[in-house]
Order: sequence, then structure tokens, then C-alpha cells
Amino acid sequence: MLSRRAGLSRAALLAPALAIILAVGVLPLGITLVYSVLTPGTYGGVSWAFSLDAYVQFLFERDIFDDTLQFNGAYLSIFARSIGLAFGATLGALILGFPTAWFIATRPREQRNLWLFLITLPFWTNLLIRTYAMLLIIRDEGIVNLSLMQVGLISEPLSILYTDTAVFIGLIYAYLPFMVLPLYASLEKIDMRLLEAGYDLYAGRWKVLRHVIVPLARPGIVAGCVLVFIPGLGAYITPELLGGGKKLMIGNMIAMQFGSSRNWPFGSAAALILMALVVLVLLAHARAAGREGRAHG
Amino acid sequence: MAEISAAARDRTPMAGTRSPARRRMRDLRAMPGFSAVAWACIVALYLPIVVLVVFSFNDNRSVVRWTEFSWRWYEAAFANEAIRGAAWTSLKIAAVATLGATVAATMAALATTRGPRFRGRALALGIVNQPLVIPEIVTAIATLSLFSLIKRLTGVNGIGYLMLAHTAFCIPFAFMPVRARLEDMTLTLEQAAADLYATPWRTFRLVTLPLLAPGILAGAMLAFVVSLDDVIITLMIAGPGETTLPIYILGAIRRGITPEINAVSTILVGVSVLLVLLLFWVQRQMRK
Amino acid sequence: MTRPVTGLAVASALALVGTVAAAEGELNIYNWGNYTPPELLEKFEQEYDVEVNLDGYDSNETMLAKVQAGNTGYDIVVPGDYMIKVMIEQDLLAEIKPNEMENFDNVDPKWVDVWWDPGRDYSIPYQWGTTSFTVDTAVYDGDINSLSLLFDPPEELKGRINMLNDMNDVINAGLRYLGYGRCNGNEEQMREVMDLLIEAKQHWRTMDYATIEKLTSGDVDLSQNWNGAAMRARAQRPTLQYAYPKEGFTGWMDNIAVLKDAPNMENAKLFVNFMMEPEHAAMASNFARYANGILGSEEFMDAEMLEAPEIVMPADAPAPDFVTPCPQEVVDLYNKVWTRLKQ
Repeated sequence: MLSRRAGLSRAALLAPALAIILAVGVLPLGITLVYSVLTPGTYGGVSWAFSLDAYVQFLFERDIFDDTLQFNGAYLSIFARSIGLAFGATLGALILGFPTAWFIATRPREQRNLWLFLITLPFWTNLLIRTYAMLLIIRDEGIVNLSLMQVGLISEPLSILYTDTAVFIGLIYAYLPFMVLPLYASLEKIDMRLLEAGYDLYAGRWKVLRHVIVPLARPGIVAGCVLVFIPGLGAYITPELLGGGKKLMIGNMIAMQFGSSRNWPFGSAAALILMALVVLVLLAHARAAGREGRAHG
Repeated sequence: MAEISAAARDRTPMAGTRSPARRRMRDLRAMPGFSAVAWACIVALYLPIVVLVVFSFNDNRSVVRWTEFSWRWYEAAFANEAIRGAAWTSLKIAAVATLGATVAATMAALATTRGPRFRGRALALGIVNQPLVIPEIVTAIATLSLFSLIKRLTGVNGIGYLMLAHTAFCIPFAFMPVRARLEDMTLTLEQAAADLYATPWRTFRLVTLPLLAPGILAGAMLAFVVSLDDVIITLMIAGPGETTLPIYILGAIRRGITPEINAVSTILVGVSVLLVLLLFWVQRQMRK
Repeated sequence: MTRPVTGLAVASALALVGTVAAAEGELNIYNWGNYTPPELLEKFEQEYDVEVNLDGYDSNETMLAKVQAGNTGYDIVVPGDYMIKVMIEQDLLAEIKPNEMENFDNVDPKWVDVWWDPGRDYSIPYQWGTTSFTVDTAVYDGDINSLSLLFDPPEELKGRINMLNDMNDVINAGLRYLGYGRCNGNEEQMREVMDLLIEAKQHWRTMDYATIEKLTSGDVDLSQNWNGAAMRARAQRPTLQYAYPKEGFTGWMDNIAVLKDAPNMENAKLFVNFMMEPEHAAMASNFARYANGILGSEEFMDAEMLEAPEIVMPADAPAPDFVTPCPQEVVDLYNKVWTRLKQ
């Protein structure tokens, strides 16, 4: 009886989120799936003829003369670069975000919300304008280079703008709050008495960090990494502006298929392939976490 | 991990006299270099904002070349009905989406982390996070087809579609911090409350909600900035008179962005800082 | 806590129910962003007692995708030349017969029999311009009227070039430089174009639409550009000069048209006629910084517009090339070249 009631209330709690996402997320996903196995319509859209060409096109291209399939690595290399950038940005955001979240979580209780607000406030401004401001900062004659030269760390300006380094910086900047906030939510609840116990058992601060704090912050780390990695994978406005736009990102490549390339099925297929990749990574992670959890338990 | 918490539980009675222990705890929390990194991050986050604000006072129509000080872009922004309307629309949508997404996400997080695991939990988690894993443009195009079908069938138009779409993609951002907060949290306090004959609602309001508050606040803040900055889905779904600030700016790129946008951004940041400071001041007064 | 939450929930539910479409006395315009002067709309509102909504889009394709889905609620759209042709073929535009309207005589005859709408049964000119490039003559003082500056740049321009991040604009420039036809489905020729672009790309610093910022910040000294943007950039950096390359350059025209499912058809027609008044066309030009196709608008236009070298083409410049929409095979081929170029 009790479990039945628990099940019912659980269903009621889940209902709003599931209803909204089923309607505005999963249903469109179904539409995307259908699009991906049709043929491109003239001037955009789809025409209702079944075809798997969109998926074939991802790895192969048809030779115009004899219609044989040849391997084509162009899309794969675009995927690889985007994944690399998103991974790097996630790592960077974690390295910078963890101390920041810890810093906030260890402020006096009444100050913490103010700090959280301070972290998100810059993102109330528009992304494009913010990125232009970043352009000015990391230019050859921008603030960063000028101050580094002033201090005497470098004698020639570092050429950061329009390189992959600029893209990294931009992505970390854009997604830092997505790392810091979930981390904070999970660090803030750590019972500080555990640290004391940790010091008694392990002594060193790094050991306490590794063996006490990090394991306890794990849900926050996972949440933060997911919120940085996945959106970072699809990002393209920041990478294009800071990277100079000479290379395609996945997000841009897919968006193009719905624009001037007029190939909706291929855009849909590429998006689904991307989604499958992301889901595989998440599943692998969940399994690894599950094993570790059992080992610890 | 289990052995640590056991050790801690054993230790707690010994924490005894309060103030020295507290001082020691402060000390214990300090991690070498952490504060330095945190400060560096905060400075780095604000550096572009400083540049942005400076250029809102640029006399020139450029956002990248400084000439001299002027208020003209503030005057222009106040006179520009389109930009004011766009900013207002953005805030309205972000407020509704944040509220909707945070409530739905908190409920979903409670359902998926409290109590025993249930069949379909993984599926529920997958669905809640679905808006994250598919590139925006694809969701945008597919949602566009779906909404126009609904519009054709029902004849209902309006900004509600846009708010609904925003709510959907904000849910995972609100969900993640709340879930991170809830995971590994014991049920002891709630059980204690229940033992004391508190109704489930009272238990939730007086025990669970305060425990969850930092996670909910973090989630709501993320949802708000995500909605405020959305371009692609909004561009595809917005109907007549539903231009948001990012859409307005996107359209302006080819003809050159003027410091008017910086002025609007500055006003937005300034007003929100004032509001939050006021809120904190009121809280402090009330505590006194 | 609970009461405001309920209040907001009710408010959002009400917003969801929304408004049932289009009362009389409205007009919904969907134009390129930041392209329509507010004074112009105010004047129309006063003259006809109609409330105007204006929204902006960033590309022809965005607009097309929304219109194709249907039920946009918009009355007026302003598609580019090729997009007018596409939309007429797809039966998305209303045949409003501007050529029978009162003010049609003001339309410059050279813009009446155009390939995208012969005789003007569906659309009227809004603004037109060219897509070429701008060079800083203080940095490079040779002859600028050649595409070789983009594809085989002189030493001082290497690494100082911004191209538009646009598949068609970049490939069309390449085709012109090699002397090949537009909408080119010839595999061999396109391979040559690809090699040319890949070779030239090492000299390009960026590929970005924000040409004004690129030029005025000094990040680049040459940028592919639209003529109106070139004029804006020159105001900030006076040594910039707009090129009319001898190999040819793109011309384009945005046209006012009415959607087939326009909820406010009569007001839309009024607006089309209104926009053929010279004074109103001039207002649009003064705002957007491009030429219009309405005779007599010159007398209402800003003086600097009438003598700007970006607007007034030199007599020896080749005629602008208005590029037709290409068939899907060609687009697929272009897409391959573009992906290879940017992989």
C-alpha cells in the first residue's frame, strides 16, 4: 500500500518535467529521426522519399563519375576537433571551477548567495557583445598582452586571438558558471566535520582533498562536466568569433545543413549521430560510476 | 567513503567546546591556492564586462574602437522602442521559463533521487536531460514544424509557445544542480520530521526545501542565463512582436553592432545589481 | 512563498492560452534585422491607423524555414532576389500585383523586368547593393580592382584578410577569379576552385560576417564586404576603399513581398504601395545605407549617400552579377568544397 502511494507521488513529481520535455523535446526528436531518413527537398525542407543517404554521406562520398563510394574523413575530423575542444574546455572549467566553487561554499552562510550571483551576473549581458569585449582583451595589443609585457613576463605580444587557444579561453569563459554552480550545490552540503576526521586519518591537505572532498563532490563534478561538455560540443558562436571562423564546428556544420546547404536530412542525421555519441559517453560513465560505487560500498 | 563518514560520526561528540573547534574548522577548509584561483576567475569573468561597460560610453558608433566619452548610446537606447521591447520580452520569457523549469526540475530531482531506485528511473533521467544532447538548431527546426502544426489545428498563437520551448531547454540546467545536491543526502531529517507527526507537505516545506535551497537557487540562476542568451530556438519559434534581445542583436551583426547594445547590457546588469543589493540589505535589516 | 508562485503560474498559463490571431488594424513585418527605420513605420501607423509589429531575421534561409512551416503570423517579408524566385516557385507569396498599384510608376524601369519576378507581379524593390571587398589603401597602394587581392594577395595583405563566412559569396568569388560560370556543376572546375580556396585560405586571417568590427578594430586590412557596410567602415577608417573587381562582383536586391497566408492582406498591400513613394524609399535608404529602386528618391536622400563611392558605381565597373538560385546537385557540390575548405 505504502509503496503504491510512493509510486504515485513519484509519478506526480515527475509528470511536469516529463510532459514538457516529451512535448517540446522528444516529439521533435522523433520528427528529426523521420527527417534523417528522407531526401532533401528542393530549396530546403524534406521530400517524402525514404533514403539512408544522409547516414552514408557522413562517412562516404559518391564519386560523381562512377558512383562508387569513397571514404571521406571531412565530417569525422570536424567531429574530432569539436570533441577535443569541448573536452579541453570541460577539463579547464573543472580545474578553475572547483576551487571557485569551494571558495564560495566556504564563505559565511549569509554571503554565499551573493557570491553565486556575482558568478552568474556577467552572463546577463549578451553573448555576442561579451565576446567582442573578449576580442579586445586578448588581441595582440589587448589588455592581457599589454599587462604581461608591462610586468616583463613576455617581450613580444602573444598571438592568441583567432587561434585554438582563444577558442579554449572563450569556451571556458562561456561555460564556467555551468561548472561552478552544480559543484557549489554539492560542495556546500559537505559536513565540515568530515574534513577534521580526514585530517586525523590522512594528515595532508591534498590527501583530504582527494580522498574526502572530491568523492563527496562527485555528483556535482558529474553534473558540471555534463553541463559544460555537451553544450560545448554544440557551441559555435563563441568558437567562430574567437577562432576566426576558418574551421567548422559540429554545431555550425549542422546548422548550415538547414540553411544555405539545404540538406535537412543530413543535418538531422549528423545531429542524431552526435546525440548517439553523447549518450554512449554518458552510459559508459554511468557504468564506470556504478562499478566504482559497488567497489566502495 | 563509508569508513570516513563512520569515522566522522564517531568524532562528532568530541568536537565539544564550540569556539576553538570552530576556529580550527575555518582553518581546515582553506585549501592552498584555491582562493587565488577563485579570485582570478572572478576577475577574469568581469574583465570583459568592464570593457563592455566602458564602450557603452563610446562617442563613436564602434564597439571595438574607442574615441571619447558620451552618453549618446544611453539616450539612443532609451529612445529605441524596438530595443526596449526586445529587452522586456527577453526578461519576461526568462522569468517564466526559469520559474517553470526550476519547479519542474526540482520535482523531477526529488522523484529520481529520494527513496529506492525504481524501474524506468534511467529512462526518466534520460528524458529530463534530452534537451541537452541534441544541437539546438535541430530542436529548433523540428519544434518549428510541430508548433506550426499545432497553430494550424488550434488557431492559437502567442508568446506561450516560446515560453514553453524555453522552459523545456532550461529544465536540464535547473535539474543538474538540484540533483547534485540531493544525491547522497540522507533521509534522516525527513524521517525524524515524519516521526514527529509532521504532514508530508510540512516536512517538505520546513525540512527538505531549506536543505535543497542552495541547489534550487543555483539551478534557477543557470536556467535564467540560459534562457536570456538563447538565440537559435528563439529565432525559429518567435512569432510577430516576440523579438528578444539576442535576436535583435543577431540581426544587427551585418550592419554593424553599435554601443547601444552595450548600453542596454549595462543597464540590465546595473539594475540587477541594485535589486540584489537591495534584497540583501532588506534581509540584513530583517535579521537585526 | 506560495501565493506569488501561484500568481505567476496563472499568469504564465494565461500567456500560454495567448491571443487568437490578428485583429484588424495590424501589420506584421518580418525584415532583415536593423534594416527598417522606426520613423518609417511610425509614419505608416499614423497615416493608416494601423499598428505595426517589426521583427528581424539574420538570413534568407531562416525566414524561408519559418515561412515554409506556415502560420508565421507575418504579412510582409523582404527576401533577397533568389529567394523571391524560390518563394514564388513554392507558392508562398501572394500575387498582389504591385504593377497595378497607384505608385508603381515610381519604380525604376530597370528593376521591373528582373529574372526573380518578371514584370513585378509579387514584389517591389526595397534596397539593393553589391558584395565585393574593402581594402585599406594606406596598407596596399596598388590597383585594388582585382580578385587576385583575395586569392593571391600581395605581401602586405597576407594574413590580413577577412572573408565572409558565407559559402556562396566565397565560392562565387573563386569562380569569377577563375573565369568559370556561376551555379557550376562541373566537377573538374569545382575541384580547381577548391584547390584555389584551400591555397588562398592560409593568407586569410578570419572568415566572419562582422566585417565592420574586423576592419575598424584593425584586425584586418582587407575584408569581403557589402557596400553599405563598407561605407560604415570607411566612416571609422577613412583610408578604406571599396573595390569593383574587373572579374566581376555580386549584386543583390531585397524585395518587399506579401505572404500568401498573410493575416492582414489589405494592410500589407497598403504598405507595398506606401513603400513605392520616393520619400519613404529614401527614408529606408538613409537608415540602411543602401540604394533603393525608386525614382525620385534622390531628392530626399542624405547628401553623403548620393556621392558615396560605395553606392555610386564608377562608369568602367562591370555590371553587378545577380546570382540565380542553384540546383541541388550544385549546392551539394558547393557544400563538399566548403566542408573540405573548413574541415
